[in-house]
Order: sequence, then structure tokens, then C-alpha cells
Amino acid sequence: MAAVILSTRGLTKTYAGVQANTDIDFDLPEGEIRAIIGPNGAGKSTFVGMLCGRIPATRGSVTFAGRDISALPAHRRIALGIAYTFQITSVFAGLSVHENVALAARRRLSSSAETEAKVAEVLERVGLADRAGQIAGDLSYGHQRILEIGMGLAQAPRLFILDEPTQGLAETEIAEFKDLIRSLTGTTILLIEHNMGVVMETADRITVLNFGQVLAEGTPDEIRANPEVQAAYLGTAHA
Amino acid sequence: MTGKDAALHLGVLAVLLAAFFVLPEYHSGSLARIMVLAVYAMGYNLAFGYTGLLSLGHALFFAAGMYGLALSMQIGGWPALPAFLLALGAALAVAGAVGVLALRTRGVGFMIVTLMFAQAGYLTVLYFGAWTRGDEGFALPQEVRNLFGLDVTTPAGRYFAALALFAVVLLALGALVRAPFGRTLIAIRENEARAAMLGYDVQRLKWIAFVVSGVVSGAAGAAYALLFGYAGATFAGVQYSIFPLLYVLLGGAGTTLGPFVGAVFMFYLIDLSSGITTAYMLVAGLALVLLTLFLPQGILGTLRRRALPWLP
Repeated sequence: MAAVILSTRGLTKTYAGVQANTDIDFDLPEGEIRAIIGPNGAGKSTFVGMLCGRIPATRGSVTFAGRDISALPAHRRIALGIAYTFQITSVFAGLSVHENVALAARRRLSSSAETEAKVAEVLERVGLADRAGQIAGDLSYGHQRILEIGMGLAQAPRLFILDEPTQGLAETEIAEFKDLIRSLTGTTILLIEHNMGVVMETADRITVLNFGQVLAEGTPDEIRANPEVQAAYLGTAHA
Repeated sequence: MTGKDAALHLGVLAVLLAAFFVLPEYHSGSLARIMVLAVYAMGYNLAFGYTGLLSLGHALFFAAGMYGLALSMQIGGWPALPAFLLALGAALAVAGAVGVLALRTRGVGFMIVTLMFAQAGYLTVLYFGAWTRGDEGFALPQEVRNLFGLDVTTPAGRYFAALALFAVVLLALGALVRAPFGRTLIAIRENEARAAMLGYDVQRLKWIAFVVSGVVSGAAGAAYALLFGYAGATFAGVQYSIFPLLYVLLGGAGTTLGPFVGAVFMFYLIDLSSGITTAYMLVAGLALVLLTLFLPQGILGTLRRRALPWLP
């Protein structure tokens, strides 16, 4: 197995007495595409929010690339090579598509020539090259989602966290998204996703969260066959 | 900086240079004052127009520069140049400290905290009335007011000193907002949470922007005292915190020349309407209401959106 790039131990988040995440122990090997699934309210967004530092953890630790990042603010974690795309689209609506991607690329790259090359490469890759001059807020919802993914790619992250990237995308856009994810060899990807087609086709392994705890973990086939997972999703009395 | 930006900025400076020889003395005198006020507004614009920090307390930094220069000349007997540098240092220190505290808040909280700091500054000026002479203020003697051998008490000396400061600040801030640093400030203004999640240290960048803004405002305050020979508590008052906001809103927030355009507009609006009626503030107020209603992005902001998207 490849080296573990991200791990958590006892990661817990309590909101006013309600446990959103309870003692999550999680290991993600480098280069893997991992999906996190679970019913609504299972604590998926809270979990990744604590990984990238947007949401302060109540307790527990996060280790990234061999370093304990539990105490680092979000921007320092991002600077270490984590990219994060928001569940609710969050682009710079007043700026051009080009500038949105440039902002993502520029923090890391020293020269403007490098930034330009990176922006051109990313826009080409996500299919927004012909819209580079448009104001991001004028793009369709689907294109804004794709721009958001492009901003993640422009950071050339070691770990790419995507929070429900295909939400609101059309079928053709989802197909393009799947191709895009599969083409990102070498990048570790953590994907929160509701669309089971996307999960089953892209993920190497799946972690299932339910009531803020890890319910199951395994390959897509194992998860599909797991009776506890089926119960959690179908809502039978078993779980 | 792209070619068009540079050409525009240099063109404006060339016109201002020529204006002194063309305009009657009254107007060139007004223009000298407007350029200094525009420097103040350009400083303010970096915080408000580019970074989205709506400060209601920039008079504190204007006054820090003004009294930093005027008191060190008046009491310390310093020559103008070191007094000017001390003024910049004073504005830097005050903006640095206020920034650390005020930037812990945001939105309305930030407006209130900056307003309160500026009021505290105003009251401090009054409290030390023995030196500052409070509202009455004090004049700087004519013989000490020269910079690099340039007598700034003559119309020409004053005009070209004001133009030199204006040119330096315009070109420096114009380059700054085009540089990656400035682009990141705009990103913070547009979507702070996103900028942080791209790995930018938003808090630190906002502080730097705030301090640079304060230092430029302080430079304007110091220049005002030096060129017009007077320092008074009025300049630390709340209306001097509002003026740059008005200039920037009128001219166009987040445009390099908006502060100047707004200052010219506002100055002549009051100047011309006071020649017609004693109720000139009513005329000025009405014009402001109409402008904000119909040109919410200011004169240059609207021009940029409608016709000239390249406008810096």
C-alpha cells in the first residue's frame, strides 16, 4: 500500500452538544481516489471542513504528509498542498474566469509567465478556454461548478477535496467530470458525492459515514454488498 | 502595468503639469488642494475600493501625518523633510496598531471600531490643546516651509509639490493594484472566504493594505500642513473621515483615478454652488443623491462598466 498522505485520529465536532462527527479515525493512501458517502446529515461536510481547517475541530488530530496540521489555520493547510472546492459554489463572481483561475495558481507560482501557462492549461482541460474573458458571475451554474474545479486544479494540489462537485450538473457535464477525475493521476482525491454512478465509477475505495461515525469502508463492490450500508440508506431498523 | 494604464496615468499627469501654466491662479490654487485631497482619497481607496474595508476613521491617519509634521516642525524645530518622514512614521504606527485591533472585526463592527478610534484621536488632539491649539489650530511660519529648496508658500512651489506627491502616489498605487498583491486584495474584497481557501493569508494581507492606506493618508495630511501652512483639529474630525469615502464613491471605488475625479467633482460642486446660493450644501447634497442613485459605481466605475473595460 502507498504511503498514507492524510490521516485523522479521534476527530470530533460537537455543535452545541450535538455530535456532528464522533471519533473519526481515517487513513487515506497517497494517489487514491476516495469517496465519502452517507445519508444527508451524516457529517460529511463537517468532516472535510475539519480536514482543511474551515471548521475548527472540537478534538482529535489531522495529519497531512507526515505533519500534524491540527493547529494550523485553513490558509496554511491549503498552502501545504490541499485544495478544497466548496459545496455551495464559491467563485469570485465579479472577476473574469481567467482571473479566478489565476488567483488559484498565482500563490504558488512566482512568475507571471508560469501563471499564464498554468491558467491556459487548466482552462483548456476543463473546457472553459473560450470563456476566459467572461465574468464568472455570468456563467451558467454548471460552468461555475466546473470553474470551481478548475481553481482546484490550478493549485496543483497533493490532496484535492471536492464537496459534492456534480451537484446540479447536467448528465453530459457529469460524464466530463468523471473523465476529468480519472485523468488526474498522482493526485489524491477525496470526494463527497451523492451521485452513486460517479462514486462507483471513479472511486478506488469508499468510506461511509452515518450519524457522524464511520459505518463502513471498502471497495465499491464491498460497499454495494454491505448490509449495514444498505440499511443506512434504505432506513430499515437494522442500523 | 499595461501600456494603456501607463499612458492614461502619464497623460493625466501631463495635463496636470500643463494646467498650472494655463489655468488662472485661483483654479491652479484649488487644484493644488484637490491633488492633496485626492492623495488622501487614493490612500483610502486602497482599503475601501480595493480591499473592501469600509473604514470610517481615516481622518485619524490624515491627522497623524498632519500633526506628525506640524508638531515636529513647530515644537521640535525640525526641517520639513525629516518632519515629513516622521509624519509617515506616525501614520504607520497609528495605522499598524489600529489595524491589528480593528481588523478583528468586520462589516458594521469594523466601521464602528474605526470611527471610535478616530474620535479618540480627535479628542486626543483637543486634550493636548496646549501644543495643538485644538480647533483653532496653528499656522506654520512661512520661512520654514520649503522642501529640497523649493519654497512651497509660492503658488508654483505649492502646485508642483502637490503634483509631485500626487504623481508618486498615483503611479505607485497604480502599479501596486496591478501586481499580484493588488489582485489578491481585490479577491479578498470579492470573496474573502474563497481567498482564504486558496491559501492566502487574508488577515495579514488586509492588515498590510490597511497600513499602506493609512500611510498614504498620513502623507496627504503632512503635505496639507506643509503646503497650506496650517494644522487644526477639524482635520481629525469625523467629516474628514467621510470626505475620502465620498470622493471615492463619486469617482469610482476600485479605480486608480476615481479618487481624483471624485475630489475634483466634489470640490467644484461646492465651489460653484456656493457662488449661486448660500444653501450650497443643499445643492451639493442633491447632486450626491442623484449621482449615487444613477451612477452607483461612481463616474469612472460606470464608465468602465459601460464603455472602457480596460480602465485601471
